[in-house]
Amino acid sequence: MVTARDAGLVGCTRCGRVHHMGTPACNRCGAPLSSRDDTSLQRVWAWWWAGLIAYIPANLYPMLLTSTLVSNTESTIVGGAVELFLHGDVGVALIVLIASVVIPIAKFMAIAFLAVSINKRHIMGEHAQHQLFSVVEFIGRWSMIDVFVVAILASLVRFSVVATINPGIAAVSFALSVAFTMQAALSFDPRIIWDDEK
Amino acid sequence: MQKPVSMEEFAGVPLDELRACPHCDALHRLPSHVRSRAKAVCGRCGSVLIAPRSGAFTRIIALAATALILMVAALFSPFLDLTAAGMHSNASILDAAMAFSQGIMLPLSLAVGAFIIVIPVLRLLLILYTLVPLVAGRPAAARAPVAFSLAEALKPWSMAEIFVIGVAVALVKVAGLATVTPGPAFWAFGALVFVTVLQDSFMDKEQIWAAIDAGRAK
Ligand SMILES: [Zn+2]
Ligand SMILES: [Zn+2]
Repeated sequence: MVTARDAGLVGCTRCGRVHHMGTPACNRCGAPLSSRDDTSLQRVWAWWWAGLIAYIPANLYPMLLTSTLVSNTESTIVGGAVELFLHGDVGVALIVLIASVVIPIAKFMAIAFLAVSINKRHIMGEHAQHQLFSVVEFIGRWSMIDVFVVAILASLVRFSVVATINPGIAAVSFALSVAFTMQAALSFDPRIIWDDEK
Repeated sequence: MQKPVSMEEFAGVPLDELRACPHCDALHRLPSHVRSRAKAVCGRCGSVLIAPRSGAFTRIIALAATALILMVAALFSPFLDLTAAGMHSNASILDAAMAFSQGIMLPLSLAVGAFIIVIPVLRLLLILYTLVPLVAGRPAAARAPVAFSLAEALKPWSMAEIFVIGVAVALVKVAGLATVTPGPAFWAFGALVFVTVLQDSFMDKEQIWAAIDAGRAK
């Protein structure tokens, strides 16, 4: 087994073509070339912290402001899921809870774990780490569901007599948190997972 | 399964015939032929390297054009119709995107519009721009590498399918308050998601980059 780097070459991560070490950009797709992205982990951590910081107000402030003739309610992400659950919509409550709470938190933990444990083989093997990274990369965007739910509800119920639904400020910080953690995953250079394999 | 090349094997192979796995950097010899629907998988990390489909470009173009038509239909027909206490209200997809347009939430409105409308449409246009000249036997478009790179980079940010699940959740949430009937735009948008997933299954990066490269030499 030879890596492009062992062979004195550099592989393009966009199109796969290989070049001699030191070539600045891929001659097929134009992507800038680097054998390993040295700033990868720094950028991962920067986006990770931004995502975590944005996730806190997303949970403290209301996501939805509902006013009906009899009441005014403000519901947070977790509160909204609990309402659905109490209403008997267990399946949908679970979708909301998984997309907005379980996936984001699992993703924060998984990215931090990958960044900390990279090349510490007694903790996790290359294949398991690679698998974990693929899952994180694939699943992160699905957290955006709740933002869309709020958008649809607010636009749909806007003019209705029975209720008015307005988006809460948490929608903004939640959307930011999802975008930042997507960036964290996208900044990760998975090639460094394999570098110590013999 | 592609066996990564060994040091001895690699020595005489021209650079053109080698590929590095973008996920683990393992060096492979480009297989001379991969059957349609077959996959060349990295022997080290298991990532799919090549998965060509015969007639892929024509199908991608047809599906992308269909998706564009469906998007236009979805934007300009009623999306959801709400009835409560004898009163009607309805929302189009644009209304959903503009839900956050009051005050400081305006940037979120723009982001939602980008995720569900602008980015999906832009990706379709970029893919058509890249592939139409290649299928027509003309030289590749001048900006084809930039266009296709951008289409690939935008992929995670194209969220039409997530929006559809969001609609389903919203319908359940509002069910207690009112009756909601999905309009033609709802079905058009659902079909759009299906067509886009199908289109992505025909996209093989190596096949497209190789065609752009060959088309440029003309
Ligand atoms: Zn390239
Ligand atoms: Zn690999």
